Amino acid sequence: MTGGWLRIYAITYLVFLYLPVILLPMFAFNDGTVIAFPLQGFTTEWFVQLAGIEALHGALLNSVIIALTTASLSVVLGICAARASTRFTFPFKAPIMGAIMVPLVLPEIIVAVSLLVVVVQVLNLPLSAWTVIAGHTLICTPFAIAILSSAFQGLDQSLEEAAIDLGETRWEAFKNIILPLVAPGIVASFLICFTISLDEFIIAFFLTGAEPTLPVYIWGQLRFPTKIPAVMALGTLMLVASLIILSVAEFYRRRGVARVGGKDSGGFL
Amino acid sequence: MSIISLQDIHKYYGDYHALRGINCEIGEGEFFSLLGPSGCGKTTLLRVIGGFEDVSSGAVILGGQNMAGVPANKRPTNMVFQSYAIFPHLSVAQNVGYGLRKARLSKAEQDAKVTEALEMVGLSGYGARAAHALSGGQRQRVALARALILKPKVLLLDEPLSALDKKMREQMQTELRRLQRQVGITFILVTHDQEEALIMSDRIAVMFEGEIAQVAAPQELYRRPVNRRVGEFIGVMNFLDARHIEGADGKVRFDIHGLGKAVIEPANLPQGARAYAPVVGLRPEALSLIYEGDAPPGKRMAEGDVADLSYYGDMTYYEVLLDGMTDPVTISMKNLASRPVLERGARTRVTWDEGSLVVFGA
Repeated sequence: MTGGWLRIYAITYLVFLYLPVILLPMFAFNDGTVIAFPLQGFTTEWFVQLAGIEALHGALLNSVIIALTTASLSVVLGICAARASTRFTFPFKAPIMGAIMVPLVLPEIIVAVSLLVVVVQVLNLPLSAWTVIAGHTLICTPFAIAILSSAFQGLDQSLEEAAIDLGETRWEAFKNIILPLVAPGIVASFLICFTISLDEFIIAFFLTGAEPTLPVYIWGQLRFPTKIPAVMALGTLMLVASLIILSVAEFYRRRGVARVGGKDSGGFL
Repeated sequence: MSIISLQDIHKYYGDYHALRGINCEIGEGEFFSLLGPSGCGKTTLLRVIGGFEDVSSGAVILGGQNMAGVPANKRPTNMVFQSYAIFPHLSVAQNVGYGLRKARLSKAEQDAKVTEALEMVGLSGYGARAAHALSGGQRQRVALARALILKPKVLLLDEPLSALDKKMREQMQTELRRLQRQVGITFILVTHDQEEALIMSDRIAVMFEGEIAQVAAPQELYRRPVNRRVGEFIGVMNFLDARHIEGADGKVRFDIHGLGKAVIEPANLPQGARAYAPVVGLRPEALSLIYEGDAPPGKRMAEGDVADLSYYGDMTYYEVLLDGMTDPVTISMKNLASRPVLERGARTRVTWDEGSLVVFGA
């Protein structure tokens, strides 16, 4: 029966997808330094250990600051570009928009190496959190534009004109009418950019200064087998955090859609 | 007194000449329609008046003031958009009161105005509802209330009824007309629906390709279109080849192909025309079928065959091929009990009203 095979396929697919993710919390609570079955027993030691590693706290803080800044910059740039591309026509619009979107498909290693050359050789700047932010903004902005463009595209142009007609200036109309209506898109693109930046490794590895980001720090820790259970515990915490963030974002997105009476067409969850 | 004066307005979009020398005066308290097929420039003209488009040359004078350089938010006009442009994230009352934000009114005064405006459009008690939960007709009313609450000198309506179904549209036509009389504000309506324009307007400007072909009151427009194109666009009109005959007595005569000779009253001739087009127009109701027992029509009679017919309940439209003609003429007949609906192919006699002939200038 076709249905039977499809069901087996679907289950296999989901197991393959989520088994590694489930292994993460299993070994995070496993009382043993070696990542292997059988499990040894239950412990929260690794989480306690995590709390004591100051380098890790620094890396986490770094990453969060970089991710927040990157997401903010990308969303602001994304709003500008998405509005320009959906509302106005100007010479060389297609090639310009194309050029902005290219980092979406460029191999990150190439972006990272060329940025490193530009920053160190051409601009002669020291590597710091700011260079990582610049690199991350470059690759995150296209994602923000892609999400925001669809939000702007769905808007009736007359809405803005109606607000202007009723006495508002262009800026007031944008602020009071357009921004609230694209808010779900803004939240969604902010969160996507935040997560992309948070776990981005290649660019951060090349452009980070003395203070590594979390992925770079974790990569460094993998050389020491005794640290691996702690990394597993860290991964578990990050997993829980991202699930919470995603759920919150989805809640607000659905509420936004319901509030303007739109038809729910997808989302993250 | 005219509230709007449009003076030689031209509008270019790149190479495209959208408005080609518009001159028009619109009176205070008038219900004025811009009528034309899509792409004729009627919406562009409305947007020029509202300040949403600049003119390439020419002037818009509104209430005695030149509007050059005055943006839409500073003009004494308000607009009802084709899509209604109801703000979906606001309530009905917030939508209607949106324009009052800058009016420095107390909360109580604002609420009173909003209540009054909602009452005016028949939406009392809808204030707290979410705007997105309204039906098409209700959105239309909210858009009207929102635009009228600011008491503009001119209300601009961009095809406001095109999204409604037929019954709703007919109801809104009467209601808009009533509302306009009640508030006494000049309404400028853009529409492509000639029937709608005839029903609602005091005067109509018919536009083709960026130019105004004719400005006239509905009856005048229907009765005396200035050219074949206007006649064709407003209602149905039969066009018959005709030859102008110079009479010794100074009267204008036409020899109409398929119908015969006719004398045209001076009042029915186009004003100021030196020569006449070799074609005359005749509305479907100016032609009639002759039934058994009808009084003999005298000399104005022709014979032909029913080529096709459309039955509308109250009326029947016949396509009759008159003897010696290649194209059928359209004839409308009111359906009465004494008038059986003819079958396709039936032989019939036709009479016509000489006084209803439309002569065009050349």
